[in-house]
Amino acid sequence: MASDYLPVGILILLATALAFLIVLISILFGPKRHAQKTKRVQPYESGMQAIGPGQRRLPVRFYLVAVLFILFDIEIIFFYPWAVALRALGPGGFLAMLSFMTILVVGFVWVWKKGALEWESMDK
Amino acid sequence: MQMLILLPILLPLAGMLINAAFGARLGHRTVGAIATTAVAAAFALSVYFFAQVAGAPDHAVSGNFGPWINVAELEVPYGFRIDALSATMMLIITGIGGLIHLYSIGYMKGDPRTQRFFVYLNLFVASMLTLVMADNFLLLFVGWELVGLCSYLLIGFWFSNIKNAEAGRKAFVVNRIGDVAFVLGVLLIFATFGALGFKEVFEKAEHLKPESAGVLTVITLLLFGGATGKSAQLPLYVWLPDAMAGPTPVSALIHAATMVTAGIYMLIRSHVLLEHAPVAMQVIALVGAVTAFMAGFVALTQWDIKKVLAYSTVSQLGFMVAGVGLGALVGAQFHLLTHAFFKALLFLAAGSVIHGMEHLTLTTGRHDSDPQDMRNMGGLRAKMPITTATFIIGGLALAGIPPLAGFWSKDEILAAAARTSPAVLVLLGVTAAFTAFYVGRQIYLVFFGAPRSEAASHAAETAPTMTVPLIVLAALAVLGGLLNLPAGFPAEGWLGHWLESVIGKEPHAPLDLALAGFFVVLAVAAIAFAVSLYRRFVKATQADPLERLGALHGLSFNKWHLDGLYRAVLIKPFYAGASFLARIFDQGGIDGLVNGVGALTRELSVTLRELQTGFVRSYGLITLLGAVAVVAYFLFTLFNGIRP
Amino acid sequence: MNELLLVLPPLIFALGGVVLLMVDLAIPRERKSLTAGMAAVVSAAAALCAILQWGLAGSGFQGMISVDGVALALDALVGVIGVMTIGLSLRYNALRGILRGEFFVLMLFSLSGMALIGHAANLLTIFLAIELLSIPLYVLSGIARPRLDSEESAMKYFLLGAFASGFLVFGMALVYGATGQLSLTGIARTLITSTSVPLLVVGAALMLVGLGFKVAAAPFHMWTPDVYQGAPTTVTAFMSTATKAAGFVALLRVFGVALGDLANVWQPAFAALSALTMMIGNLGALTQINLKRMLAYSSIAHAGYLLMGLAAGGVSGVRGVVFYLPAYAAASLAAFAAMTAAHNGEEDQSISAYAGLSRTRPGWALVMAVAMLSLLGIPPTAGFVGKYMLFQSAIDVGLVPLAVIGVLTSVVSGYYYLRVIVTMYFEAPPEGVAVTKGNRLSLHWVTGAIAAAASIVLGILPAPLINAVTAGVTSIR
Repeated sequence: MASDYLPVGILILLATALAFLIVLISILFGPKRHAQKTKRVQPYESGMQAIGPGQRRLPVRFYLVAVLFILFDIEIIFFYPWAVALRALGPGGFLAMLSFMTILVVGFVWVWKKGALEWESMDK
Repeated sequence: MQMLILLPILLPLAGMLINAAFGARLGHRTVGAIATTAVAAAFALSVYFFAQVAGAPDHAVSGNFGPWINVAELEVPYGFRIDALSATMMLIITGIGGLIHLYSIGYMKGDPRTQRFFVYLNLFVASMLTLVMADNFLLLFVGWELVGLCSYLLIGFWFSNIKNAEAGRKAFVVNRIGDVAFVLGVLLIFATFGALGFKEVFEKAEHLKPESAGVLTVITLLLFGGATGKSAQLPLYVWLPDAMAGPTPVSALIHAATMVTAGIYMLIRSHVLLEHAPVAMQVIALVGAVTAFMAGFVALTQWDIKKVLAYSTVSQLGFMVAGVGLGALVGAQFHLLTHAFFKALLFLAAGSVIHGMEHLTLTTGRHDSDPQDMRNMGGLRAKMPITTATFIIGGLALAGIPPLAGFWSKDEILAAAARTSPAVLVLLGVTAAFTAFYVGRQIYLVFFGAPRSEAASHAAETAPTMTVPLIVLAALAVLGGLLNLPAGFPAEGWLGHWLESVIGKEPHAPLDLALAGFFVVLAVAAIAFAVSLYRRFVKATQADPLERLGALHGLSFNKWHLDGLYRAVLIKPFYAGASFLARIFDQGGIDGLVNGVGALTRELSVTLRELQTGFVRSYGLITLLGAVAVVAYFLFTLFNGIRP
Repeated sequence: MNELLLVLPPLIFALGGVVLLMVDLAIPRERKSLTAGMAAVVSAAAALCAILQWGLAGSGFQGMISVDGVALALDALVGVIGVMTIGLSLRYNALRGILRGEFFVLMLFSLSGMALIGHAANLLTIFLAIELLSIPLYVLSGIARPRLDSEESAMKYFLLGAFASGFLVFGMALVYGATGQLSLTGIARTLITSTSVPLLVVGAALMLVGLGFKVAAAPFHMWTPDVYQGAPTTVTAFMSTATKAAGFVALLRVFGVALGDLANVWQPAFAALSALTMMIGNLGALTQINLKRMLAYSSIAHAGYLLMGLAAGGVSGVRGVVFYLPAYAAASLAAFAAMTAAHNGEEDQSISAYAGLSRTRPGWALVMAVAMLSLLGIPPTAGFVGKYMLFQSAIDVGLVPLAVIGVLTSVVSGYYYLRVIVTMYFEAPPEGVAVTKGNRLSLHWVTGAIAAAASIVLGILPAPLINAVTAGVTSIR
């Protein structure tokens, strides 16, 4: 009974460990707060003073493309289980995926037509 | 068929809505035309239903439009039922109503608020039809109140004159007193029979145990209390004479032909209850007779052309009520019909006279005398021939001169009185003589002799929209008697046969020649006496020849001092009590309490508003706390032993 | 193929939305009223389809989908609301520069989600449908970008909505854990034999939180005033009517059908939430000087009245809910219609801006007055009949204190509803406002007038709708 949950427990442990690991690595190798005044950690060691915050704001189009990417990325994820079970699902399964695809393509066409994919002219 | 039964009500309602919504842009003539057409169409439908009722196996057409109120045992549907009695009333309401609508187009010409007038008038017709078509007491009451509202609105129609507004308020307040009695009666009906539908109530009343007869007496008296308000009987009749402040078509339609007869209709409708309450019947007969006498007496000395007719209406309503009380239901309904014809005629003709008297003011702008005061009239016969002829016909019908309509119907009630109650007969007989006298006085003062003012000498006949209805009504006033001729005549007792399905068979007597002859001679003598008396009345400033009667004249002229009596005995103490209660309880206790609660509520509301910070984080927090509370609540109920 | 018939109305919304998304690309910017017209046709077609299917019952898609009278009633209701919202949107959106094709497409998607809720027979379908209705709404609230209030509204709605969805899906997971079932009937079947009742109960509580958020029940109502106020008024009208209807049907499905045998646990909670919601909604509305915000609180208050019907349960309670939804929708739409019409261009939301409306725009003042009276529940309006049914159902099952709270809070609501009428009819109009004699016969006016007329007609002749609703409720499967 309890042993059924063993994989879950291992996963939880691993996830926690990984989180700690990442934080640890960034503490070890990341820029130190107390060292910020030194020239070594400044963007340019040429003597030019950096202006503005270190984290630059990214243009909104970046997020737009990222969101669109995630959308189609998730679509791919749907395909794996579907592909595995394709034969078992029969023509019904094929039709279902086809309609799903169609809807996505409609969305894609809309995105395209609206110019969301055009990096340069997106301001319009 | 089901839906069709609503149409007579819906048509005037539609006319009202159209006029209310678009009337401002349509122009007064179109508004009048729409209103009149709506009522005329309702009349056509009433004729249709009349025929349907005649053909139907149970002499009724009904329609049920689902439940209206269903609380515990109280089940009141939107139910309508047209039977012989309703159909008759519908014909009067829409027929006379249509004529009066037509007349109003001419009468209201030039009034800036014509649109509103026709809206009210159409609403009245729709409400009155609801009243007579209802198949239960509650829906009847809705119509009853709605016609009261229309009456109030129309009496005070020219509200810029404070007297008119006060008359409207008086009518409203006095009618409320009657309505309280009526509502109590309806409640008692429900308590006794457990139903409000006419059919159920009357069926159960037939099988009521003898020991419950006392309840029936109380119910009947309470219903009659309602009727004394609406149908202007003692002690509540004081509102009707004042109600003549409204436009004359309103007086004709609402305060002579239709609304005031609602009480009579309701009593006839409830005749099953009346029959089981002999004591109440006697009270009703006596009240009717005394009202008839007192109002007739007042009408003798009034100078205002409409006031005379107003008191005459009260008096004639007394006749009808007395008829109901005597058990002469057909006679009462017959008199209701003929009275609707000739009294509407008289009012409209009086309106025409007033219009004619105002002709001088309208054309030259000069204004020298009161156009409603009969002392300023005289000699209009030559100027206004159609009005004169029709007024005389109406007057003679009212006085009971054969073969005009009023003779036959009045005779039936008098004959019933002669059979059962000598006291009532004496009262009504004297009233009949009074009636003939004031009719003769009025006709002579208005139309004969020489003009007693400049306005009278420059009067002119009115427009055809006004005279045509007069002619039609005059024809009805002449022929109305045919509806219920005494036994022995051809087509005898038609109305009685027609109403048999509603009120059962009533014995139908032949004409009592001695009785009828006596009253005709009395009426003619009274008219002749009036004419001889007023021949010498040639100047507007002259004293009334009747003043020689001294104290009696004062009593009549001052309307038995009833208004003053009511003011001293009822109104003043009432106001004093009310203002006392207002000071002590209302302002001190109740207002304080209410204001306190209001302030507390406001305080809570303000506190609540402070929670609404506008920050998503605090909203999220509150949602989370709410979630924790809900989960805790669920678990609490679960562990308190409640398990699925 | 026959299975598709079971979801025809939601399908019409969804397919219509997809097709319109493509068609709209070919429609030039200045002719977007064409898109609106097509969206209205789709919406009307779905409503009509639901009406034609009336009486249909069954289930399919491996028990994911079912259809019954309530489902079809919801389809028809949201379809009609959709048409009316579009009727209001044309003028309003054009004036505010947000007459865009996406507006109507998103509305159709949201409508498809709402309609799907009625047809859902499985917790997953319900969740899917709720997300399908919510996500387009998040965008719609912010469609008046770059107006700050609209963006704020969208952001708040999205964040809190996602938060609430978390509760909902967590609750569903727990219920699944406790019963091993996702289908509503399956849960109902295994409810008695479930060995982990506490888990089940906590799951139910969390689902109540999630759905309570959607219908704006206190204490999950905090988002409502801000979101309603900031969103474009037509979107607010849509949210307050259609979303509420869908949310209540979801509650009905989950608690009435799936967890029906657990009623003695959740019904007290429903009653408590109902009381709290009525009090907070009505008290909150009391001191508002912004009409739109007042209507938002009024919407919360009405969620309380509706919860009363669910707390009472049984045919009479559910019937009251299903009757009250269209009654409330009619009054609410009328109020929002009058609100958007009363001023040209930039709307002024403060109540005082409506002073003297009876003289400047008499027609709209009348529509607004009818709406207020119906929301207050004065006979002969639909609001009265609906409230009466709800209160009666509560009294029937012994929830007398709840009914008393309902009546008392209704009395409180008289203050703020009547204040609008008093302001419109008895106060002088602000200076410089042109008097409009009569209304031009515009689409906007017709929509508002129909909503107001429906409030009256349903109040005078409620019997046909009550009968239909009763038939629908007794057909719940």
